[in-house]
Amino acid sequence: MLSVADLKKGLKLTLDGDPYIVIAFDFVKPGKGQALYRTKMRNMINGTILDRTYRSGESFEPASLEDRQMEYLYKEGTHYTFMDQQTYEQVVMEEDAMGDAKNYLLENCKVDVLLYGEKAIGVTLPNFVNLRVIQTDPWAKGDTSGNDSKPATVETGYVLRVPPFIEEGELITIDTRNGEYSTRVKG
Amino acid sequence: MSSRSSNLKLRAIIIQSIRSFFVSRGFLEVETPLRIPANAPEEHIYPFRSGEMYLNTSPELCMKRLLSRGHGRIFQVCHCWRSDERGRRHIPEFTMLEWYRADSDYEDLMQDCEHLLQHVAESCISTNSICYDGITIVMDESFIRLTVRDAFAEYSDRSMDDAVRDGSFDEILVTKIEPSLIREKPVLLVDYPIEMAALARPKPGDRSVAERFELYAGGMELANGFSELNDPIEQRFRFLEANRKRISNGLPPLPIPEPFLKELASMPPSAGIALGVDRLVMLFTGATRIDDVIAFTPEEL
Repeated sequence: MLSVADLKKGLKLTLDGDPYIVIAFDFVKPGKGQALYRTKMRNMINGTILDRTYRSGESFEPASLEDRQMEYLYKEGTHYTFMDQQTYEQVVMEEDAMGDAKNYLLENCKVDVLLYGEKAIGVTLPNFVNLRVIQTDPWAKGDTSGNDSKPATVETGYVLRVPPFIEEGELITIDTRNGEYSTRVKG
Repeated sequence: MSSRSSNLKLRAIIIQSIRSFFVSRGFLEVETPLRIPANAPEEHIYPFRSGEMYLNTSPELCMKRLLSRGHGRIFQVCHCWRSDERGRRHIPEFTMLEWYRADSDYEDLMQDCEHLLQHVAESCISTNSICYDGITIVMDESFIRLTVRDAFAEYSDRSMDDAVRDGSFDEILVTKIEPSLIREKPVLLVDYPIEMAALARPKPGDRSVAERFELYAGGMELANGFSELNDPIEQRFRFLEANRKRISNGLPPLPIPEPFLKELASMPPSAGIALGVDRLVMLFTGATRIDDVIAFTPEEL
């Protein structure tokens, strides 16, 4: 069990059966009144933001969360299936919980899956991933429109802006934190 | 953005200006022991032990004994200690300004607050308006006055009396009322429920409230003042009541300050107030964290 003294930004706890992360925290105490611990928390499954005020003496459960390396197997409808390569145990994640990760996942790639008990609630991606461009218009020489980027589709189906010199079949590095083109992978 | 080193310079100037304010008005600067056998027992204030004694959570008891001994206008700037208080505006060891005046009541203190803030502003930053948290606060002759009862009626869906009864008073005060207070001027929140004023005198004509007020500026609670209770029997009863609540919260009772109760009988009708100096410095420097106006935080030691 955790007490109010453990409250701080980043703490993960269980509330009404869901995992929450504390995103803002302040200790307040009016005049000669009681100490109050004001928190803002985000539900780690559905993203809902909640304001909660605790008093001294109150306690709560830590959230039992685990990051486990797993292999992404396949997608079926809105379900993504991952497998633990040590135990061959499989977990299924809803598209909603995947967030932007679905833009960067290729079958058989290894990622960290965030587990809340048995439930997969998120994917932690590396900051940079390499993906191949499967469609982009050729750079029209003499294009004077002043555009310094053009759309390109990568093998996951994700569409982003790339520099004009990128050609179909090339491998590019994407920054997964903002979804933007980073560099061209040579060779 | 204010830096810590420039904040410390302004802090020193503000403390000088506080002293000159009181000295020029005939107040005597006093120093009372900070390590004492007993604080006033309070339900929600936790003192630190120091050997067989305690560190003071406020210099109030010794200062009131000086009132009984004929020092009618006194002030003190000293450190106080309160355990388990750490936040954006709290540190366990902080600097308090307290002043007491005989033959006065909380109305006189409210006027003192108005004059003190104006004096500090004019002498330290040469203007009576300051910018805090994006809002310009004007510190002129008269601050805004609002009773606690009216504040609850206006900003909360529960009345003050209901909130006292169901134990939600503090929470509503912090979450609903403090954020709603007008920011363009300092605010005096007046007439607290009698249950929330352990050492204050009941208001004549409405004994459900005490002659206690809090000074707010920039949304920040700066000071707590009241017309002092000078009835030793009633005072002892309230100390015992605080201890009874502590016991029901699973905390040990605190010693009763007997010499204080003894001298209280000869204390003239008086008023006294405690103001958080660190927060006053926050207000004038624009700092949003108490850490930025003190030389060392406890974590840095």
